[in-house]
Amino acid sequence: MREIEVPMPKLSMTMEEGELIAWVKQEGDQVRAGDVIAEVNSDKVEMEVESPADGTLVRHAAAEGDVVPVGAPIATLATEAEDLLGGILGPPEGEAGGEGNRAGQGAMPAPAAAEAPSGAEPDAAPAADGPRPVVPAGRRRATELGVDLATVTGTGPEGLVRVADVESAAGAPQPHPPVGGAPTGRVAGPREEGGPLSTAPTPEPTAAPGAAAVGADVEEVPLSAMRRVVARRLVESMQSAPHFYLTVTVDAEPLLAFRAELNRQLAPRDEGLKVSVNDLIVKACAVLLRASPDVNVSFGGDKLLRHRRVHVGIAVAVDGGLVVPVVRDADQKSLTQVAREAGELIGRARAGKLAGDDVGGGTFTVSNLGMFGIEQFTAVINPPEAAILAVGAALPEPVATDDGVEVRRRMRLTLSIDHRALDGATGAAFLQRLKTTLEHPLQIVA
Amino acid sequence: MTATEAGVETLTFAEAVRAALTEAMEADERVFVLGEDIGVYGGAFGVTTGMLDRFGAERIRDTPIAEEAIVGAAVGAALCGMRPVAEMQFSDFTAHAMDQLVNQAAKVWFMLGGAVSVPMVVRLPFGSGTGAAAQHSQSQEAWYAHTPGLKVVMPSNPADAKGLLHAAILDPNPVVFMEHKLLYRTAWGPVPTGSDPIPLGVAAVPREGGDLTIVATGIMVSRALTAAEELAGAGIEATVVDPRTLKPLDEATILERVRATGRVLLVQEAPRSGGFMAEIAARISESDTVYYLEAPVRRLSGLDAPIPYNPDLEKASVPQVPDIVRAARELAEAG
Amino acid sequence: MGSLAGSADDARRVLATMWTIRRFEEAVDEMFARGLLYGTMHLSIGQEASATGACLALRDDDVITSTHRGHGHCIAKGADLGRMMAELLARDSGYCRGRGGSMHIADVSKGNLGANGIVAGGIPIAVGAGLALKLQGTDRVALSFFGDGATSEGAFHESVNLAAIWDLPVVFVCENNHYGMSMSVEEVSRLERVADRAAGYGIPGVTVDGNDVQAVHDAATEAVATARAGRGPTLIEAITYRWKGHSKSDQNLYRTREEIESWRERDPIDRFEQAVLEAKTLDEDDIKQARDQARDAVRDAVRTGQSGPPPSTDLLGAVYAPSEVDALTVASLGPPAEAGAPTAAGGSGPVAAAAGARGEAEAP
Repeated sequence: MREIEVPMPKLSMTMEEGELIAWVKQEGDQVRAGDVIAEVNSDKVEMEVESPADGTLVRHAAAEGDVVPVGAPIATLATEAEDLLGGILGPPEGEAGGEGNRAGQGAMPAPAAAEAPSGAEPDAAPAADGPRPVVPAGRRRATELGVDLATVTGTGPEGLVRVADVESAAGAPQPHPPVGGAPTGRVAGPREEGGPLSTAPTPEPTAAPGAAAVGADVEEVPLSAMRRVVARRLVESMQSAPHFYLTVTVDAEPLLAFRAELNRQLAPRDEGLKVSVNDLIVKACAVLLRASPDVNVSFGGDKLLRHRRVHVGIAVAVDGGLVVPVVRDADQKSLTQVAREAGELIGRARAGKLAGDDVGGGTFTVSNLGMFGIEQFTAVINPPEAAILAVGAALPEPVATDDGVEVRRRMRLTLSIDHRALDGATGAAFLQRLKTTLEHPLQIVA
Repeated sequence: MTATEAGVETLTFAEAVRAALTEAMEADERVFVLGEDIGVYGGAFGVTTGMLDRFGAERIRDTPIAEEAIVGAAVGAALCGMRPVAEMQFSDFTAHAMDQLVNQAAKVWFMLGGAVSVPMVVRLPFGSGTGAAAQHSQSQEAWYAHTPGLKVVMPSNPADAKGLLHAAILDPNPVVFMEHKLLYRTAWGPVPTGSDPIPLGVAAVPREGGDLTIVATGIMVSRALTAAEELAGAGIEATVVDPRTLKPLDEATILERVRATGRVLLVQEAPRSGGFMAEIAARISESDTVYYLEAPVRRLSGLDAPIPYNPDLEKASVPQVPDIVRAARELAEAG
Repeated sequence: MGSLAGSADDARRVLATMWTIRRFEEAVDEMFARGLLYGTMHLSIGQEASATGACLALRDDDVITSTHRGHGHCIAKGADLGRMMAELLARDSGYCRGRGGSMHIADVSKGNLGANGIVAGGIPIAVGAGLALKLQGTDRVALSFFGDGATSEGAFHESVNLAAIWDLPVVFVCENNHYGMSMSVEEVSRLERVADRAAGYGIPGVTVDGNDVQAVHDAATEAVATARAGRGPTLIEAITYRWKGHSKSDQNLYRTREEIESWRERDPIDRFEQAVLEAKTLDEDDIKQARDQARDAVRDAVRTGQSGPPPSTDLLGAVYAPSEVDALTVASLGPPAEAGAPTAAGGSGPVAAAAGARGEAEAP
């Protein structure tokens, strides 16, 4: 003889609890398997609870009127009947496996799973060939405003043209006129960070929802702290400073000859110090910045800040990003001092050993991609500076001279200026003077 | 009419279906055909003419008028290792057999946890244009496309009919194979000899054009192609996309072709409401492709009415070539 | 025909099967009452003899189709209790990998083409199976279990007729438990007996006491022999009774407690035990042993079932069998390793079967 609990039984598919309406069998009554022992109410339906076995109803465990959850005891039965499942049942699970349901159709693969084109995809740029993505409402607006969509730059992902783009094309002047018609490469464009817009229509069975939404074609690489900062600052720069670009071509022959002679003469004196073209440019800029206080400025919101000292930053590409160590008071230092300092800073930068004092506080930056063979590029201003010089490689070109055609090495310099702080004429004048200085390199040290 | 050159013969749609069935039955003893009047009579549309003599009554089985049993027997036979091809004499009669098709065939693989599959084909002669009136003229592909577990194929020409039927027979899942009645005799064309299957889930693009994209199914494909020629005369070049398999749908091809032109016309014979083109329209608008649209998605479909008997009314109930031309022109000018 | 009660081996087999069914159903009943099972269950307590007697007349390579009340049929056809329980508990280790539940349990390797959630849904399928077995040149048989309610469905009529005109090796077993859910059998037909319908198809029809396992077995044995010999189908009506409601939502409003009680007095297992004892084939200890073994097997099954993992959440990948001629569909669910024995379901394997289709048909 053993005592078993009689639970409130689940009497329908949806029942979760029952209200005990009346006891039909009283404590002490003999019952047979199948005898009705109680009446319960659930989901407004009256149902009967049967005794699970022959025996004696020893005790009621619930009173009339009680609401008892399914599985909780309502009585104790003393019985000799075999206990079929005693001790092996696990706890009630409710919707066993029910949650498998949700994971199916509804889960959208994460955006990365769609074929995210890299920045090299042609339709990222507002190319003249091929159709361009325009928000349907954008088309309507373009019609209303009389805007030719071909002239509108889209700021959405993949160059998507939004209503705001159409409206600004109708109102404001174009923010990025290409200079001289030449395609401009960017040092780093914030545009690439946008992912595909797709709401990813649920593909046929290929989507494995939830699990491994990033497919085999895409690898996730976490951002380094540096890259995060760089990314943020570049976005900030592009979004707040209206960039204006000026390019000149400099005849590099005099500069290269000057450098060669200088290094030859320095060789016995300065152990291994080699002055680079970049050092010359940095020094030249420093000298000119001293002479052009209008360029050595920062935009201060409602005022212009003129810096009394000249600190020139040098953009250095390092593992995981970009750093700009600064040669302070570059105008005050001799060329060899600048060269030596620049060399040390660049070395420390590449070794990841720049100190806090080495960076920040610059008033101008020089960025040189000549060593990569880049002919020309436009750089993003390093806030809060007002300008940055992008230096291209010195490459041999045929040039018309008074004597006919010669091949001379020339390089392109592109100055990006913050149009809030500097206007075109000022920038142009600076750039012109820089060209002259570099083409008459003794002026650098004079 | 058959003329054979290297690997290609000219067949009608019906002949192409028969060729596929014949080749499949010759290659695989497990394939057999059952349906009403398909044996002695050769099928209501003559598709299985001659096959009884060739294969005998065991494998070309005439049945009583019992659609539920026909499809159910196909299910049971498929579960036990055969590859039945059941025919519903008119697609409309499938309504009798829906339990076996939808509740049984479509669900066995899933419900039984992949223990056994149901490799069967149900061939459905469908569509209007023969004066057969309301109960013998319907296009109900949406019913089947809406049933998970079924595959739905709708070829538009003889070559596709043959290749896709081979694939349908090879596929281990239940496939609903829809054959537009009007195509049986009126559509003919080059059909490759040999029994290479055309894979399911691959759309065809029989015509390229830069001004708009027409997506059409069944007999609407040839109507769309005819319309496209006329449109070309007016300087409007249309791309025509034929999904061929409705389920699984080659969405990528369709979306790509819509993006390329920015204007899309979806053409179906079936009634508009809840039709399969609504699904394609939804796929367009729920994806990036919507941003390429220069005009709203246009649908051309049958009327939300049963097919009438009167021949003029019957024609007016479903899209015809002039309707497609008109809609395409409007679309080309919209937006 | 041999007396089951008179043969020790047969008697043990019968007792084992019937007790296993009984205990299994009782376990399910208890687990459901405690809220451990999802959905609903259709129990066959009281109907053990018809499942047992009929399946005993079949070979291992014969096939059956079953109903929504199919646990007994599955067990009688040799199903693995643990996998059944796992399925009821919605685990991946269940017969349907947690996707089918009680009404869709099948064991293809043992010739069980499945329980069915549609009344009469399995009848056309059994006919198709019979057609296949005949086309394949075997002497295997298909047996279709269904209830009295199913005989009202068009599918019953079409299927029996088709089997009749084609002389298919099918045995139709109607378990007449007097109620199609709540509608009593007297109300659904003007015929006294379901077996009388057989005449309408030109096939033999026989009514037996469905709670007498010997009677069921005799009728089934004869029908199976007829089918194997190529002489076509038989309709067997087995009169029985179900103790529990139609399903777990059934409040038994359509029948009286007295009626239920009176049938419980005629417990089919009890009757067989009496017959065995009277024939002195086995003694009380043997019978107790059979009961205990059944109880232990069910307990093991519950433990096994409970330990199963939850099913894969990839539903879309489980809709279609893998196909070599479908450029789009990627199926993630392949068949379980042990399923799909060639004899019972040759065409089922996915890729291999599709590849083998051309030129290598395996007609046994």
